[in-house]
Amino acid sequence: MLTFLGRRILSSAIPLLVVVLGVFFLARLTGDPANLYLPLSATQEMRDAFSAKHGFDDPLPAQFAEYLSQVARLDFGESLRTAQPAAEAVLRAFPATLQLAGITMLLAVAGAVVVGSLAARRPNSPADRIAGFLSSASASTPDFWFAIMGVLVFAVTLGWLPTSGTVGSAAWVLPVATLLIRPFGVLVQVVRGAMVTALSEPYIKVARAKGAGERRVLFRHALRNAGAPTLTVAGDLAVGLVNGAVVVETIFGWPGIGKLMIDSILQRDFAVLQAAVLLTSLTIFALNILIDICYALLDPRVRQGAMA
Amino acid sequence: MNRHGTPGTSGAESTALEVRGLSVELRTPGGPVPVVRDVGFSVGAGQTLALLGESGCGKSMTAQAVAGLLDPVAEVVGGQVLLGGRDVLRLGPRERRGLAGPELAMVFQDALTALNPVHTVGSQLAEPFRIHERASRGAARERAVELMERVGIPEPGLRFRSYPHQFSGGMRQRLLIAMAVALRPSVLLADEPTTALDVTVQAQIMELLAELRRETRMALVLITHDLAVVAEQADQVAVMYSGTVVESGPVAEVFAAPRHPYTRGLLDSVPAGHARGTVLPSIEGAPPRPTAVPAGCAFRTRCPLARERCATHEPPLSATGPGRASACHYWKELADA
Repeated sequence: MLTFLGRRILSSAIPLLVVVLGVFFLARLTGDPANLYLPLSATQEMRDAFSAKHGFDDPLPAQFAEYLSQVARLDFGESLRTAQPAAEAVLRAFPATLQLAGITMLLAVAGAVVVGSLAARRPNSPADRIAGFLSSASASTPDFWFAIMGVLVFAVTLGWLPTSGTVGSAAWVLPVATLLIRPFGVLVQVVRGAMVTALSEPYIKVARAKGAGERRVLFRHALRNAGAPTLTVAGDLAVGLVNGAVVVETIFGWPGIGKLMIDSILQRDFAVLQAAVLLTSLTIFALNILIDICYALLDPRVRQGAMA
Repeated sequence: MNRHGTPGTSGAESTALEVRGLSVELRTPGGPVPVVRDVGFSVGAGQTLALLGESGCGKSMTAQAVAGLLDPVAEVVGGQVLLGGRDVLRLGPRERRGLAGPELAMVFQDALTALNPVHTVGSQLAEPFRIHERASRGAARERAVELMERVGIPEPGLRFRSYPHQFSGGMRQRLLIAMAVALRPSVLLADEPTTALDVTVQAQIMELLAELRRETRMALVLITHDLAVVAEQADQVAVMYSGTVVESGPVAEVFAAPRHPYTRGLLDSVPAGHARGTVLPSIEGAPPRPTAVPAGCAFRTRCPLARERCATHEPPLSATGPGRASACHYWKELADA
């Protein structure tokens, strides 16, 4: 198990380096921060002094080498905008995103397991057809459209929910709902498909031959076997949620890492952007390792393969 | 005439399972397709009845209908399944589940896919006790270990925590049998229990089934296409063709003097008893698809005895002697030959 984890972590290091490299150079293509932070009337000397102060006048490879050596010392630089350490800004924003994504994923998986399992019990039954229709609609609704319509209907017209912010549980409804619709729809279909497959396996008949009731058959015998495909897709969707937070956090003014990233791109706040992307990437890699561990927990055959 | 004749039980034994006029249809987009037609048989306690037939003849479907394990596309459309005198087809799902295990159990063909890959064999073996006797985890575990020992799993205390993929095919089949006989059912349906196994292992599994049958005096319904297995293991045989029983009776008598041309054809196509170098006889043609069963006698298109009456009149399964029955208009010609 340990060598398995070690191998996973090692193989994750290379893509991580590529991400860091990409973000570093792409960010610098968005423009010169001096244009934003100095008045239009600033002289060339003032601009040069600004660049020299923040090290933007060094050749790019030298800047990158300096950046890497700083990261190795866990120094992520300072925000241009606030002069605070970038790491602090990022870590302050991160919990808001994690909470949002975590609650959404929990609701999506729990809801999809229940709806998908019930739909799979009798393929092509009315319940299955209704679940199929709703999940397709849910999976194909654009989230930004849903968010804007939600704000219009529930916040502006009806006044039931706030348009933005994080104060009170009502503020969570629209952001979570917006993030939820797509993963929920997709997961219902995945769970349904995996459950239909599992329920047609001979071991289900054996369980019934032992006198197992419907609930035992569904949740003890079939569901765990339907776990692997569900987990694969849920993992993918969870990664998407961390990324998708950008849209939702911008629309709802949610003080998370997505909003922080957008703000730091608009303000050429390279240090914060780089720190935010690095943390997001690390989260995604951690998530993937977590998923691999879950596979092993679900299926003893995977566990044995991982030990070997 | 005895259309719902229930040959099989020899007089002295008490009947454990009796099936009468059982019919099953598949629901297809093109309309219902009959796959089991008016099947009847019975088995006494401690006896073995073989349901013999080719793949697709409806023998597995019959067993699953009896056990209440048909897929949703298949439906029992008629008949009775009498278990201890009670028609289980008239019971509700809850009552039926109550019988699954303590009264009626089933062993399946492919033991690899019949065991749940994500649960330990121990927990799967303990399940009957947990479900039907509400046994505690510890008590169920003890019973499961005893069962593993009984069916010949070495080191059951250790192997209890193993998963199905860590066992050989023969061991998996033993586990499956252990699970089925856990609550000492009065009837055990075994659907091709040895088909997926090596020949040497096959013999061990058949021996285990025979031992358990003697020990618990359960009635065994052995579903197979293997004539040798029938000859060695069964007391009674019901030969199925195209969804229905065409001949039945005591194995020794039926094999010695078949009274249906299909049974005769099957027995003739066994290599033993034919000289080397001669062409092995076989039954011409192939069994009809369930959607295109010939009118009259289903076997007539392949039958050497067929004549006009066979196309218009379906021969009912009728008694031809004590404990024997045949569904052929001209069985006497076979008997006389």
